[in-house]
Amino acid sequence: MTTPLHIGFIPLVDAAALIIAVDKGFAAAEGLDVTLVREVSWSNVRDKLNIGLFDAAHLLAPVAIASSLGLGHVKVPIVAPFNLGLNGNAITVSPALHAAIMGEIEGDALDPMATALALARVVANRRKSGAEPLTFGMTFPFSTHNYQLRFWMAAGGVDPDEDVRLVVLPPPYMVDSLANGHVDAFCVGAPWNSVAVDLGVGHILHFVSDILVRAAEKVLAVRQSWSEKNAGGAGGPGPGGCPTPPNSSRIRETAPRPRMSWRGPTGSASAPR
Amino acid sequence: MSAESSPKIVIVDESPIRAAILEEGLREAGFTGVVHISEMQSLLARIYALDPDVILIDLENPSRDVLEQMFQVSRAVRRPIAMFVDQSDAASIQASVDAGVSAYIVDGLKKERIKPILDLCISRFNAFSKLQDELDRTKSALEERKVIDRAKGILMKVKGLTEDEAYVLMRSTAMREKKKIGEIAQSILTASELLK
Repeated sequence: MTTPLHIGFIPLVDAAALIIAVDKGFAAAEGLDVTLVREVSWSNVRDKLNIGLFDAAHLLAPVAIASSLGLGHVKVPIVAPFNLGLNGNAITVSPALHAAIMGEIEGDALDPMATALALARVVANRRKSGAEPLTFGMTFPFSTHNYQLRFWMAAGGVDPDEDVRLVVLPPPYMVDSLANGHVDAFCVGAPWNSVAVDLGVGHILHFVSDILVRAAEKVLAVRQSWSEKNAGGAGGPGPGGCPTPPNSSRIRETAPRPRMSWRGPTGSASAPR
Repeated sequence: MSAESSPKIVIVDESPIRAAILEEGLREAGFTGVVHISEMQSLLARIYALDPDVILIDLENPSRDVLEQMFQVSRAVRRPIAMFVDQSDAASIQASVDAGVSAYIVDGLKKERIKPILDLCISRFNAFSKLQDELDRTKSALEERKVIDRAKGILMKVKGLTEDEAYVLMRSTAMREKKKIGEIAQSILTASELLK
C-alpha cells in the first residue's frame, strides 16, 4: 500500500534532496506516493502546511520555529525531522558597494570582521554626505538570511534597524533588484549569488559559512499533530545521501527539468510563473 | 456606504484582468476606496503611503513574502495582520486558499466588515479561473480544429477523397484505435512531414 503525500517546496538548490527522492524513485521504493508542489512564496508554503493542504514542506528552519511559537503568525507546532541543507547562503554586493567596502578595508577582505568594520565606515561616510541608507535584500523576516546579515553587520557596529534598510525580496527577484539599484546587497541561497556574478552585477563578499559554521538552512517540516499520527514511518535517508561527490553530478542531471526552470518579468533572473 | 465607513482596500495583483474583475465587484458592493497595485517594485513604500485597511493579494504572487515583513517593521503605525491569524473561520480560510487569494487586515477592523469583502473576493477569483479555463479550452479546441483541417487536406490530396470522406476516415480510425480525432490528425501531419 502506498501513502500519498503532498510536499511543498520553493525552487532552490537546497530542495534537491526532495526532488531526487521523488525523481529517482527512492520515495516510491519506501511506499510513498509523493506529489511535489512548487510554491512561489514562503508564506504560501507555511500556510498550506499549517492548514493541512501539505503533509510536509521544504521550509526555512526559522519559519518552523516561528510557527511553533506563534511569532508573526498563527501558532501551529511544527517539527523538523530532517535537515535538508546546512549553510549554502552568501552575501553578494553591488560593484559600487564592493568598491566602497574595499576602499575602507583594513586587513584581509576574506575576514568577515574586516568587511563588517569597513561597512560601518561606508555607512558613516554615507550618513555624513547625506546619502540614502544602504538597502539589503533578504528572503523572509524569519529566515537565516535575515539573521546572518544582521549578525555580520552588527559585529562591525552597524545597527541593522537604524543604519541600513533590510527588505524582503523573493529570491528570483534578487538579481534584478541588485542590477537596477533597488538593493545594494543581498543574502540569498543558491543559485542566485552565482547568477549575479555571472551577469556581472554583483560580487560575492562572503559565503555565510565563513561567518557561521553549520547553520541549519532548510528543513523538512511537518505539523507536530501529523508527526504524532504518523510516528514510526520515517526512516533515515536512503543509501548514498545527497552531498557525496559521486552523486552530485547525477543531481545536476536531474534538476534542470522544465519545472525547475523559469522565465521572469525581465528575462534573465526571474520569477517562477 | 459613506466614504468614511468604506474601508480602504488595496488589491495587489499582476493580472490586470483579474484585478479589474475584483475591483468592479467591490465597487458594486459599495466599497469605494479600492486601489490596484500591479507594480511589485517598491511595493511596501506604496502600501505605507496608501495606508489601507485591507490588502488582498493573489497566492501566485511571490511578493506575498514582502508583505509579511510588515508584521515585523516597528515603525509602521498600523500593523496589518494576516487573515489566517483569526482561526475561528476555518472554512473561509480554506475557501480563500482554494480560490488562490490571501487577505491582510489591519488590526481592529471588525470581523463582520471583513467577511463580505473576503466572500466577494473568493467568488470573483473563482469566476476568473473559470473564465481562464474556458479560454484555455477554447484555444486548444481552435488549435485542434486547425490540425484536423490540415490533415483532411492531406488525405484529400494523397487519397483523392472528398472532404467528407476524409473526415469520416479519420473519425472511424479514431474510434477503432480508441483515440481522439485530433490525435489521429496530428499523426497524419507528423507522418506526412516524415515522408516528404
